[in-house]
Amino acid sequence: MGGTAVNERKRAMELLAKASVAELTAGWQAIEPKPEVHAVRGPESGLVMVRGRIGGAGDAFNLGEATVSRATVRLGSGEIGHGQLLGNDREKARLAAVFDALHQRAEHRPAVDSLIDAVESRIEAEDRKQAEQTAATRVDFFTMVRGDN
Amino acid sequence: MYVAVKGGEAAIANAHQLLADRRRGDRSLPSISIDQIVAQLGLAVDRVMAEASLYDRELGALAVRQARGDMIEAIFILRAYRTTLPRFGMSEPVDTATMKIERRVSATYKDLPGGQLLGPTFDYTHRLLDPSLLTDEPVADPVRRGADDSPMMRVSDILAGEGLIEGDGKLPEDHVAGDLTREPLEFPLKRDLRLQALSRGDEGFLLALAYSTQRGYARTHPFVGEVRIGEVEVELDIPELNFAVSLGRIQVTECQMVNQFQGSAKNPPQFTRGYGLVFGQSERKAMAMSLVDRALRAEEFGEDIVAPAQDEEFIISHSDNVQATGFVEHLKLPHYVDFQAELDLVRRMRAEYDAQSRAEKDGAIREAAE
Repeated sequence: MGGTAVNERKRAMELLAKASVAELTAGWQAIEPKPEVHAVRGPESGLVMVRGRIGGAGDAFNLGEATVSRATVRLGSGEIGHGQLLGNDREKARLAAVFDALHQRAEHRPAVDSLIDAVESRIEAEDRKQAEQTAATRVDFFTMVRGDN
Repeated sequence: MYVAVKGGEAAIANAHQLLADRRRGDRSLPSISIDQIVAQLGLAVDRVMAEASLYDRELGALAVRQARGDMIEAIFILRAYRTTLPRFGMSEPVDTATMKIERRVSATYKDLPGGQLLGPTFDYTHRLLDPSLLTDEPVADPVRRGADDSPMMRVSDILAGEGLIEGDGKLPEDHVAGDLTREPLEFPLKRDLRLQALSRGDEGFLLALAYSTQRGYARTHPFVGEVRIGEVEVELDIPELNFAVSLGRIQVTECQMVNQFQGSAKNPPQFTRGYGLVFGQSERKAMAMSLVDRALRAEEFGEDIVAPAQDEEFIISHSDNVQATGFVEHLKLPHYVDFQAELDLVRRMRAEYDAQSRAEKDGAIREAAE
């Protein structure tokens, strides 16, 4: 894959990981005709060891684990899709894998793009809201002027 | 003679049924849902995730509910669950510099880039019980204000600009980060393993040790350089694709504790640092962790080891509350045979003792009579 293709797939996979199960299910309903999907691996749940860095940017250390679900599927037309996301929701991982595979097919790409664009807008709106709520708690310091006496 | 006995099966089954009943409590009250625990008792869930060393809010809330709010029991349950799952891999190290900040304060710089963001804090509340929470009164929406998107510079980078603070922790070039879930601990530890152990360590235990350093048992002259809370991306390398993708975000709390250091033959006078990184919103724990991390680096800086907070083997061997509760609580399980053996021993010793003191007494009376 070239740089652009990698970036596009990476973006799609990351947004699919952050999609809600409702968003994925609705997205699947919008796919017509439904492709043939074969399970290659999973869906299964397991752990990923999350690492941090000493002092914030030093060498890595193991912070603790997080639950992760993943799935790999193959479409009837041969495309392989991978889904991997935090949490225990295996169905969500399977749907994410299906969309990753569909994203590689020109006829389904617009539908997948509209799904992930919607997820991206939702996340941006949520982030914006939180950033603005946090900004309202910023401390504005002012200097007390001392009197002459 | 050792006689095996069996029994109590019905009692155990009935006890567990009784536990389930008491857990549910008064049936005229609505049952509490997992979503409600995640949303309204979030910091309890965060503590369970941090000390179980497993990030999963839903499972953390389930553990809290199952344990009737007993935190260590909940941590135990979640820790046990993690052993049933396979490990898929290791994430890329999380980047706290790009955190989606929900709170960020520094006690060392008033006007630092990005500013002081209080976030949803208990600080500056009066700690008075709030009667409005006795009922379900409506809660106002938070105030919003325009946010600037500029990155939040880490406080350690400000001091690093002047060369007045030690760098981020580096281990030898070929060092592979240790994992205490895979290998037994061998003391002395490297700092990476120590941080892993501290991050899952009991909050109360680490808080007490951190407090002891402030009261003079291993002085560290600490300042909170920075505490930040927010979400970071967890990226995993996908071997089939040769690139890393984000699996989603997790919330973490990071503390950079800045400590005065006089300098030694090897090092110039500069600030040193303790580091804390904990799952969820766990500010007290991250601060305690950073103080203990710094205290445990005494040998690295040629400081005298005089206090409990500097004793790595003592701290790390006792900071895990699942291990601790397992060993302390096992004492209430049947020890009938051990105790019979001890009882028999004490009876024999007592008989010998009584016989000897009787003989001595008889001897003394005889001497007096003669």
